[in-house]
Amino acid sequence: MADLKKQIIAQLNLKDLKPEDIGDDQPLFVEGLGLDSIDALELIVLLQQEYKIKLANAEEGQSVFRSVRTMAQYITDHQGKAAE
Amino acid sequence: MSNRVYITGVGIISAIGNNVSENLSALETGRAGMGEMNYLQSIHREKIPVAEVKLDNEMLAVASGLPAHFTRTALLSAIAAQEAFSNASIPGFTKLRSGFISANTVGGMDKTENFFSDFLSKPAKGKLRNVVHHECGAATEIVASLLGIKHHIATISTACSSSANAIFYGARLINQGMLDVVIAGGTDALTKFTLNGFNTLMILDNRYCQPFDENRRGLNLGEGAGYIVMVSEKVAQTLPSIPVCTLSGYCNANDAYHQTASSPDGTGSYLAMKGALEKSGIRAEEIDYINLHGTGTQNNDIAEGTAIKLLFEGHYPPMSSTKSFTGHTLGASGGVEAVYSVLSIQHGLIYPNLRFETQMKELPFTPVTTFKKNEAVQNVLSNSFGFGGNCSSLLFSKV
Amino acid sequence: MKDLQAYITAYSSITKHSAGKNGNLVFRRTENSSTGDFFISLYKYLSSDYPKFYKMDNLSKLGFLAAELLLSDRKLSENYSPEETGIVFSNANASLDADMHYMASVKNIPSPALFVYTLPNIVIGEISIRHGFKGENAFFVSEKFEEAFIHFYVSDLFKRSAIKSCICGWVECFQDNFEAVLWLVEKQLRQGSLPFTIDQIHKSYLLSNGEING
Repeated sequence: MADLKKQIIAQLNLKDLKPEDIGDDQPLFVEGLGLDSIDALELIVLLQQEYKIKLANAEEGQSVFRSVRTMAQYITDHQGKAAE
Repeated sequence: MSNRVYITGVGIISAIGNNVSENLSALETGRAGMGEMNYLQSIHREKIPVAEVKLDNEMLAVASGLPAHFTRTALLSAIAAQEAFSNASIPGFTKLRSGFISANTVGGMDKTENFFSDFLSKPAKGKLRNVVHHECGAATEIVASLLGIKHHIATISTACSSSANAIFYGARLINQGMLDVVIAGGTDALTKFTLNGFNTLMILDNRYCQPFDENRRGLNLGEGAGYIVMVSEKVAQTLPSIPVCTLSGYCNANDAYHQTASSPDGTGSYLAMKGALEKSGIRAEEIDYINLHGTGTQNNDIAEGTAIKLLFEGHYPPMSSTKSFTGHTLGASGGVEAVYSVLSIQHGLIYPNLRFETQMKELPFTPVTTFKKNEAVQNVLSNSFGFGGNCSSLLFSKV
Repeated sequence: MKDLQAYITAYSSITKHSAGKNGNLVFRRTENSSTGDFFISLYKYLSSDYPKFYKMDNLSKLGFLAAELLLSDRKLSENYSPEETGIVFSNANASLDADMHYMASVKNIPSPALFVYTLPNIVIGEISIRHGFKGENAFFVSEKFEEAFIHFYVSDLFKRSAIKSCICGWVECFQDNFEAVLWLVEKQLRQGSLPFTIDQIHKSYLLSNGEING
């Protein structure tokens, strides 16, 4: 999950954050990291670029991108190997 | 002398017709302009419907009197602006102080995007700058010179509300006594650039769009151009008959919420509509028709609908999104829809919102679904909201 | 047209080598630093606590920073309601810089975060979000900065709308060439303000650029 956090920080230009600043279960959107709808779309790009996983629609993203843990789980389920 | 700004002419080209009468007939018969792309080359051809103008650049060139190597944006602009100009037929035009205010968001991107791939591998700064300058900034200049307008020429680029802003800026120049006549509106051609971009934002509908429907899925991109001709009271007096339509109000406000998304309560939309009403002194219940921004995205329609709910509480006027016919013509949409609004007042028309099925659960009203003529249409509100939070409303009134 | 009484209460600039306010140097660019590094160091200097800055394209960063400079000692919300502050910008190349970056991303997977900046008025949106301005705004594309035009447009805005303060100016950015000069214009006379005239706009524009070159 540390790698995934690094990738998220790079993809979303979260320059002031370090991987350890992001909790595994911390909500990524609104009240958590404060990401917005464009960030969600960038996370879809990240999944496609780094893991060759294609999300069909933005709604699916809502559950997948709840936290770093749910994202990692989704990658594991769809890739056959762990993201860590 | 009153400060009234009269509208004496309109011109349009869109996916549903190459001039005003073709557009009116498509609106009456409920014929939408979307379909599989014919002129735009894209890998999304079979997946994403678009609303193209049904002419290739060669034919647009013939219709506009410009060379075919000019950008599609400029060609579309020339056709609609010339129609507006001749529709206005202002006596002694050459002796008047005239202006041309045109909006666009993609400029000459249809030409330049082909140039980019070369450029990116082998940068030649000066050259690119010139090319883009020629293609992008020149569209307004080209059309202005075609029309013989020299006193004031301006290009506005504020996303999807660009042409609405061009129109009220033109009205201000007349109010101010700086100009006697202004042709204002906007133009945008479909490009791979915008198609790809909107696709990455996941707000394109892969079927025909359903604005203001509970089950709306997104927008269809369109292309076109729309212009109106505005004159001062003094010029209006010299016309064979006094024009019936005026621009009675307008307002622009910023939503100050997000680069692309509208705030959930539609603050910007609310401020724009309210400001336009206040400027004109017309009450909300006097509005006879709203030409919605109504893109068909989840976000726009709920924000715009919520703002209408708040402003019109209890007196919901007939409303529809003509983007269900033309697609979203981006920088041109404010011009295209201003033309429809003026025609609505001139001919007593209310247009249907095509493919509407299910009422949005958050809203106590539904859009109009049939074409209506011989209506008593006194005041029409036309909404145009854009990325960057730029929200504009124009208010047209019968004299 | 009779000159309307309005005042330039502050102006700011960011040009090739430095950032300034009211004609005084505020921050000098480190020699040989990249455009991106210059913007980031200026952001840090202005001690802006606004992580969204990093996500912006260069045009938005430039306009955002120039507005931070302009408003560094002011809180317009103390004097005006959100609808009373307008923004009027112009430049020569619209959003060409962002357009190019987006085009480059299309080769792999097109980036939505880059696409959102491919409109010139997004910089106005960013400043509006930052400061909560909800008044009228406009973005004009013209070959060069036109003092008389800005003067006319803003004066007219004061006359015909609810606008009582306006941030206006020139925000141009294409690759490593950039220039931002912004004016804060208000109806209310304040300590140290200049009359809002074409001549004063011209003088302060030259001063903003001269200070950098000289």
